[in-house]
Order: sequence, then C-alpha cells, then structure tokens
Amino acid sequence: MYKILLRQDLVPDIHLFKVAAPNVAKKAQPGQFVVIRIDERGERIPLTIADWDREEGSVTIVFMEVGTTTHRLALLEAGDFIADFIGPLGLPTHIEKFGTVVCVAGGFAVATIVPIARAMRDKGNRVISIMGARNKSLIFWEGGLRSVSDQLIVTTDDGSYARKGVVTEPLKELLETGEKIDRVIAIGPSIMMKFCAKTTQPFGIKTIVSLNPIMVDGTGMCGCCRVSVGGVTKFTCVDGPDFDGHQVDWDLLFARQRIYLDEEKRSLEQWQSQFSCSS
Amino acid sequence: MPKQDPKVRARNFNEVALGYTAEQARAEANRCIQCPKHSCIDGCPVEIDIPGFIKALRDGDVPEAVKILKDKNSLPGICGRVCPQETQCEATCSLAKRGAPIAIGRLERFVADWERANMKSVSSPRAQPMSTGKKVAVVGSGPAGLTAAADLAKLGHSVTVFEALHVAGGVLMYGIPEFRLPKDIVQAEVSYVASLGVELELDSVVGRVVTIDELLNNGYQAVFLGTGAGAPMFLNIPGENLNGIYSANEFLTRVNLMKAYRFPEYDTPVKVGRRVAVIGGGNVAMDSARCALRLGADEVYIVYRRSEVEMPARREEVENAMEEGIQFKLLTNPKSFIGDESGQVRAIELYEMELGEPDDSGRCRPIAKPGSEFIIDVDMVVAALGTRPNPLVAATTPGLETIRWGTVVTDEATGKTVKPGVWAGGDIVTGAATVISAMGAGKRAAASIDEYLRG
Repeated sequence: MYKILLRQDLVPDIHLFKVAAPNVAKKAQPGQFVVIRIDERGERIPLTIADWDREEGSVTIVFMEVGTTTHRLALLEAGDFIADFIGPLGLPTHIEKFGTVVCVAGGFAVATIVPIARAMRDKGNRVISIMGARNKSLIFWEGGLRSVSDQLIVTTDDGSYARKGVVTEPLKELLETGEKIDRVIAIGPSIMMKFCAKTTQPFGIKTIVSLNPIMVDGTGMCGCCRVSVGGVTKFTCVDGPDFDGHQVDWDLLFARQRIYLDEEKRSLEQWQSQFSCSS
Repeated sequence: MPKQDPKVRARNFNEVALGYTAEQARAEANRCIQCPKHSCIDGCPVEIDIPGFIKALRDGDVPEAVKILKDKNSLPGICGRVCPQETQCEATCSLAKRGAPIAIGRLERFVADWERANMKSVSSPRAQPMSTGKKVAVVGSGPAGLTAAADLAKLGHSVTVFEALHVAGGVLMYGIPEFRLPKDIVQAEVSYVASLGVELELDSVVGRVVTIDELLNNGYQAVFLGTGAGAPMFLNIPGENLNGIYSANEFLTRVNLMKAYRFPEYDTPVKVGRRVAVIGGGNVAMDSARCALRLGADEVYIVYRRSEVEMPARREEVENAMEEGIQFKLLTNPKSFIGDESGQVRAIELYEMELGEPDDSGRCRPIAKPGSEFIIDVDMVVAALGTRPNPLVAATTPGLETIRWGTVVTDEATGKTVKPGVWAGGDIVTGAATVISAMGAGKRAAASIDEYLRG
C-alpha cells in the first residue's frame, strides 16, 4: 500500500499526487512511468512520472480525470492509499548534450516534460520550451517549466492567455528562423504529437515522442501496448515509451486507443450512476 | 472424476473437475497394490512419496497423508489440478500396463483440498528451523520461485521473493483460468509458503527497481531466477496489430488476473467476441478458447497447423474443450488477418497444411498447400503460439549466459548459471513447460544453493 503524501488540484480535472514509494523514487529517470492500481477491483493504468525525491522517497504523478480509474483516483486525498505502484517502467529518455533542444508539451503533459527539460539543461543543452492548453484555466506549472528552460513560449487555443494558437505554430516559426535545432521532444495527446512530428519532418530534425497506448502489465508480457515504428512492431512499455516521431504509424496508434471506447463508456456510466439521486 | 456438465460449465468460470468424495478417494487408495518397485516415484519431478501418502489415505489417516505429501510438495492443491500425471507418475505406475493406473493426481488433489478445509493452521506443525544467517533473493513468484523459496526457508535460510505483478503466483494466477485452478487455492498455497518465513515483495520489477548485481551487493548471498517465459510470440503476418487480436498472455491476464469476466464490477475490460479464433494447440490455446466461450462467444475455433495427435495440450483439456463445443480446425494456419476501416479484425485468411518431414522438435513439419487459401469470419483472435523469456533480467545482468530465444544457460542437475551466486530454473531455462517441471527445478536449485551457502 502506497500512501498519498500530498494532493494538489492544479486546474479543473487535473490533479497532482505525491506518493510514498521509496524504491521507485530511488531509480526514477526522466521519461519513465509507473503502473498504478487503486484497489482490488481496479485496472492497472500507466502514468508518466512527473517528479521524484530520492531522499524523501516520494514519486509525483499528475493525471487528468478521463475515465473510471482517473475519476476514482481523484476521490483520494492525502493520507489515503493506492494498492499498487509499480515502477520505474520503460526506458528513460535519452539525455545527451545535443546542442539546442525544443521541448513541446500539450495539455497536462507539461508535468512530464519538466523533468526532461531539466535533465537536458543540466546536461548543457539550450532548452526552448513550448507549452499549450485549450484555455487560460487549464494552464499550470508555467513557472516550473520556465525555471528549467532558456526560453518559454505559452499558447492557448482560444487566446485567453499568452499567445493564441496551438503549439505547432511557434514550433514551426522556431524552425523557420533557421536557428540550429538539434532535437525536439514532443509529449501530449497523440494527435498533438503526430502534428508536431509532421511539423518537424520537412526540417529533418529528430523528434522524440512519448507514446500513450493502452497498457495492462507494463512490463512486456502482454503486447497490448504494441505500436508500429518504422514498420516493425514494438512494445511501448519495454521498447519505449519514447520513439522516433517520424517513424510512428499514428493511424494504428489511434485505432488501438479506441478499442475499448464502448466498455470505457459503460464502466463510467455504471460508476457515475452510484452518485445520482435516487429520489 | 465427476465434472460439471459441459453445457453448463461452458458458461461459467467455476471449477470444471469436482473432486473425489472421501469414499471415492479411499476406494481408489485401496486399489494401490503398494508394490515394492514404486516406479510411480520415478515419474514424479519432485519425488513425492506416493505409496506413502496413498497408504495413509487407505488407512483413513488423512493428516498423515498431508504430512507426507507436503514434505516434498509445497503446492499440492495446484499440482493435483494441473500436473499432467497421465504422462508422469500415472504412466510409470505398475498398474498402467493393465490400463488402470492409480489416479494419483485425483488423490493428491483430494488430500490437498481436505487439508485446506480441515486443518486450521496453514503451516504444518514442525519446529522452526535454526536460522543460518544467510539471505537468498528469489526473483519471480511462480511455481519455480515459490518452491525454491519454500525449500530454502525450511532449511533455515532467510528468503525474499521479488514479484513484478501485484499478486504472487505467476502463471498460476495470470495464465491458468479459474475453472482449472481456482485463484483462492493459489493464494492459500502462497500463504503457506509465506508462513514458512518467506518475505514477499510484490510490485517489484527486478531489472528496473533493482538489478541482480545490486541484490548480490546488498546482503543477498545467492539469487534464484524464476522469471518464467512471459513474453508473447506473434505470427508476424499482415494485420496482426488489428483491434481484436490478442496475445494469449493479454487475454488470459485480463480474464484471470484482472477478473475481466466480472466487468464492469471489476474495472478491467476484455472484448467479448462472437466468433473467436484461437491460434495454437497447447494448454494455453485450450485455456484461451474455453475462456472465450465462457465470456459468451457463439463460435470458438482452435486453429492449429498440425494434426490432433501432435497437439501438445493435455489430452484431458482437449477433451474438455471438445465436450464444451469448441471447434477444431486442424492442419490449418493463418496467412493474414483482414480488418475493416476502423481497424477491427473481421476475418482470417488461412492455409490448409500438410505434414512433411520431422523438424527439430521431432514432429512432422507442417507445410502450407499452395492455392489452398480460404477465409473465415471472426471478430476476435487469440494468438497462443508460445512464449519466450522476458529479456529484461538478462539485459540488466552482466555475466549471465543466454541462448537462442533468451533462455538462461544452467547446469541441469543444480540449476547453477555461469554467473557466481546466481541459479535459475523453470521456464526461464527450458522455455514454456509445466508447473511441475518448474517446481522440480526449484527444488534442485534450492538444494544446490543450500550446499553453496553452507560452504
């Protein structure tokens, strides 16, 4: 049982938990994830590691309420326990002195890009970060990302804060200035990662994405998370989660992410029905 | 052996085999002629004193039968259900020549089940062994790891088992279905092993949260690897990543480990196909087909590239599957999977096969008949083609020797690997095999580790 040490409600429907998991904290690296299971009846779901404290023995996860499991997770408070917290899983992000690295975060992925940006900067890279959300109320950790970047560009789809537009627009502008960019890391909803990769492709800049297929065990035993990269089948949980964005078969990823839409809807409806008034 | 009626059991996950009554058990125990040869023991990978426990049963002393059985076998309720006794102790039984070997497996199950129902304390009443002050790490809590851990604990060593999943048991929990091996029985036998003083660390993925070298450098004098063969194999044919195509590991893990057959009461879903094809002919294929049926499929096919006699599955499970109405498409192999615009599998293109010269497994090599392609409609496929070792431990353990598909090289008699302080046994060494052979390997390694630790 893993105790929740701290809970923060970052923005509507997006929450942060700091969880006591000393063995995971000891080994966590940027880009890795954990698999959690709330209780006996719960699913196993992957969540990227947002931060860790090796001395305190804690790991920070940030999640958005989408389906049953994340809604159930959002009911927990500091002092409550999660039944299982397995990790760190996946291969860490490859950190090297590349030169100039652009980190692009879509939506709540800003949480997971911060440790990567930090590690890149610590390695001597110039880090330019771009973060985007749908509107002002969904912006969080701007200060956190700014503190680990040499330059930060913030976008909102509706222009309610900072620059109006989507993250691919400032990305394209950066590439068009002719400044030498050595690597791009793009993390966020799969459609956003696909378009970031498309944006960088004509410029031939290596673009790393962190794929988010459905998972069950997260350790390489089931193949549920399989994706096609460069025409070869890979397991996201052990070969990834980072892959070359220009090689990913995005349509296959989107299709495989939709496989349980009916069941997810049914599960959520059943869960929500217990909260409806009976009278 | 009484069984649930096929039509009834094809729609529930309750245990199929109903077990002997006390009268049936005693009558069968009486049949044993207690021959001096006791060739039955030669057929047992863990060397149970079979005539011994049968005699106690015959004499009406079930607690004594329990003691004798558990002296060698820490997981008798499991073995009594999933061991292929018909090719082991029952095949070497003196009465086998007359076509009526003693039903040793049924008797083992009876004794184990009786103990669980009747004996209060889980641990057998024995004196706690003197602690040796030595620590052993066991990686994996499947049959090999649990057996090695139990034997080492009985010898006085301090044992910690590291398990990647959130429950202990390995294939016993995620692979073998509830209707063949009830999970509460598995957990009762895991509890017995824990009661011997074995520490269990769940959620621990060795190779990520800690490496073998770190274990050896941090207080463990020896390590036993029982990580199994948990990585699924696919056919690598077109369409294999379409929605609705599962590895047997994923399908069985959702159904057995995560209890998806109780969705939405349990949160993990699984697709309920109407027309399901299971590719393969082993026990895992039979398990997958029978689970698909129980989830509500209208038609379930076993697609196997060789003929019935070559099927590696236990004869008993093939018969159970046939009784339940599963259809066998033998000498048939997939060529490609066909999907619709949404990426969902809709059909399989299959070849008819014929058997040619034997291959390196000793069985006739199946060859596709050119021009024989035909198509069957399916909405779900389970690939039960076999499994290989998960490469994670080997990839993070310098000095460990592996061959071919990632199996660890060991000395057969002792389970010693070429890396000092490291032993291995079970599927990680042999590739996918049986529960009992993994247990035998666990026992041999425990004995060798004990000798090593005592200097």
